[in-house]
Amino acid sequence: MAALNRIQKIASHLDPPKLFKFKVAVLGAAGGIGQPLSMLLKMSPYISELSLYDVANTPGVAADVSHMSTAARVKGYLGPDQLPAALAGCHLVIIPAGVPRKPGMTRDDLFNINAGIVRTLAEAVAAHCPTAWVAIISNPVNSTVPIAAEVLQRAGVLNPARLFGVTTLDVVRAEAFIAEIVGADPRDVSVPVVGGHAGITILPLLSQARPALPASMTAEQRKALMVRIQDAGTEVVQAKAGAGSATLSMAYAAARFADSCLRAMSGEGPVNEYAYVRSSAVPGLPYFSSPLRLGRGGVEEIFPLGAVDAMEQENFEAMKAELLGSIKKGEEFAARGPAAAK
Amino acid sequence: MVARSSRRSLRCEARKVALLGAGGGIGQPLALLLKMNKFVTELALYDIVGVAGVAADLSHCNTPVKVTAFTGPEELAGCLSGADLVVIPAGVPRKPGMTRDDLFNTNAGIVQALVQAAGKNCPQAVLEIITNPVNSTVPIAAETLKAMGVYDPKKVIGVTSLDVVRANTFVAEARGLDMKDVDVPVIGGHAGATILPLLSQTTPAVTFTEAEKKAMTEKIQNAGTVVVEAKAGKGSATLSMAYAAARMAESTLLGLNGEPNIYECAFVQSEVVADVPYFASKVLLGPHGVAKVMGLGELDAFETAALQSMLPQLKAEIQKGVDFAKNAKVAA
Repeated sequence: MAALNRIQKIASHLDPPKLFKFKVAVLGAAGGIGQPLSMLLKMSPYISELSLYDVANTPGVAADVSHMSTAARVKGYLGPDQLPAALAGCHLVIIPAGVPRKPGMTRDDLFNINAGIVRTLAEAVAAHCPTAWVAIISNPVNSTVPIAAEVLQRAGVLNPARLFGVTTLDVVRAEAFIAEIVGADPRDVSVPVVGGHAGITILPLLSQARPALPASMTAEQRKALMVRIQDAGTEVVQAKAGAGSATLSMAYAAARFADSCLRAMSGEGPVNEYAYVRSSAVPGLPYFSSPLRLGRGGVEEIFPLGAVDAMEQENFEAMKAELLGSIKKGEEFAARGPAAAK
Repeated sequence: MVARSSRRSLRCEARKVALLGAGGGIGQPLALLLKMNKFVTELALYDIVGVAGVAADLSHCNTPVKVTAFTGPEELAGCLSGADLVVIPAGVPRKPGMTRDDLFNTNAGIVQALVQAAGKNCPQAVLEIITNPVNSTVPIAAETLKAMGVYDPKKVIGVTSLDVVRANTFVAEARGLDMKDVDVPVIGGHAGATILPLLSQTTPAVTFTEAEKKAMTEKIQNAGTVVVEAKAGKGSATLSMAYAAARMAESTLLGLNGEPNIYECAFVQSEVVADVPYFASKVLLGPHGVAKVMGLGELDAFETAALQSMLPQLKAEIQKGVDFAKNAKVAA
C-alpha cells in the first residue's frame, strides 16, 4: 500500500491532474436524449458538477446517474423554480429540451412548441449564467439558435463565440456512412458538414472527405449519399414508428461536442469542431455551420469552407433560401417577446 | 471506465455480443455503451418490439461496431447465432413498494425462454443475466441449460456489478477519495439484505465505526429501492445499470481475449458457502468465462453476522428459481 501511494504521488507529478473542472447543466435531462446524454456526461473527466434540469422526472434520473462511480457530482433540479440554482455557476449549458418529431413531421413542425421552450431557457441562462457556453440541440436548430441569440442580445449578454447549435450528429452520420462505403474504421474518416441542421440545409462536403470517396462512385451514388446524410434523422424517425427520433446517437454526438467544448475551455487547444453559430462566413446568412477552432473563450476562428464541387455548389445555392427563412422565423419569434407564446 | 481504457487486449478478437431486451430502459443506454466499446465487433439487438428504431439510431454512431436488429421470437436464433456473450436485461422493472422478488412471476418465464434459445443457438456463449430477481433468474438459467445438456457453470453469470459501483461511489464520497481508486467487494446476492458489501476489505483501506458500517451497508443494500422510489413509477435504475453492465461486459470480453487479472464480483454457481449453490463473490474472468471463483477472504464480526442472517433469504430465492425451472421442464 505504501508503495502504491508512492507510485501514485510520482504519477500525479508526471501527469498533473487537471486543475480545473467544470460545471455543466443539461436542460431537458429527463427526456429521450437527456437521459443517455446525462449518463455519458457523468463519465466525463472534465466535469466536476452536473446539473440535471427538467420539468418532470429529474429526481429519479439524478438518483440513478448519481450512483455511477465517476467523479462528477450530480444534482437534479425540478421545475422552473429550481432553474436558477441549476444554472448558477455553469460553464456549459446543453439544451436538448423539447418534443421530438413523429413520422411525417419536419423539424420545422416542432417550431411552435420548441421555440417557446428555448426562449424560456435562454432567458434563464441570461439571468443566471450569462457567460456560459450554450449548446442547443432542440429542433429546429436553424431557428432555435437565432431565438436564443435574440434573447441573450436583449439581455445585453450575448457572446456569439459561446452560442452553438449542435450539428455534430450530421458529421457523425456522414463519417459512419462514408466508412461503410470505403470500408474504413469510421474513427479514421473525416468529412466536413456545413450549413444548417435540417434536410437540404445540411451540406456534407463529400469532395473534401478523407479518405476520399472511390473514383468509381457515380454522380447518382454521390447524390444518394448526400441525400442519405440529409435525411438520416428522418430515417430514424420512420424506424422508430412514433416512438421518437434519434436519442442514443444524438446523446453520443452531443457528448462528443461537449467534450470538445470542455477541452477547449481547459486550454487543451486547438480544438476543431463544426457547429451552427453566428457567422459572417456566407454573406446574407447570419447563422451558419462551418469548421471552427475553439479556444478558452469559445469560437476563435471560423474557417473558410474550402473548395466545393459542382454538386455541392448547386445544393448550397438551393438551400440558402430555406436556411434564411428558418433564421428569420426564429428572429421574428424572439422579437415578438413572451406574450406571443400564450 | 476511464482506468480500464488503459488496458489493451493483446489479441484483437472479433466478438459478437447479443443484447436481449435492447429496446428497454436498461437495454437502450447499454446498447449505446456497447456500440462505443472497443472490444465489441458486432452488436446484435433483440426485443419483442421497438428494436428496429434503436438499431437505426445506433447505427449512425461512427464507431466500427456493426449493429443488427432482431424482432420477436422467430428472429431470436439469428440474433444469438455465433454470439460470444449474451447480455439479458429483458423483463419488467420494479414499481415503488415492490421487491425484486415481486417481479418473479413475469420475469421468470421471460428469462427461461431466452436462455432456452441461447442454449440452442450459442451454447458456447457466456450468458450475463441482469433481469431481476437475479437470485432466482440465474438458477432458472442454469437448470434450463442443464435440462438441455449444455450447462457450463463457467458461463452463467448474474450481474451484480451495480452493487459494486454503488458501494465504490458511496464509500468514495464518504471518505473523500477518488472514485476510480476505490474497490469494495460485494458478496452474497442481488436483493436487499442478500447484498453484502465487505467494507473491511475495501481498497484503499477505510475505517468505519460500527454505526457507520451499518448505515453504509444499508445504504448500499437499499440503493436500488431509492432509485425506484425517486422515479415514482417510471422505472428502476437504467443509466447506472447500463454503466455497470457495460463494465461487466467489457471485463468479460477482456477475459475471453486472454487479458490476465480481470476480477469482478458476480453471482455464479459456487461452493464458497456450504449449502448455498449460487453465491456472488470475486471471480477471475478468463478465456472460457469464469476461470476461478475466489473465496470470501477475511470477514469482520459485523460482516460474518450479516452473512449468516441473509443466507435463509438467499437460499429460498435460489430454490424458487430452481423449482420454477424444474416444474416448467416437466410441463414442457
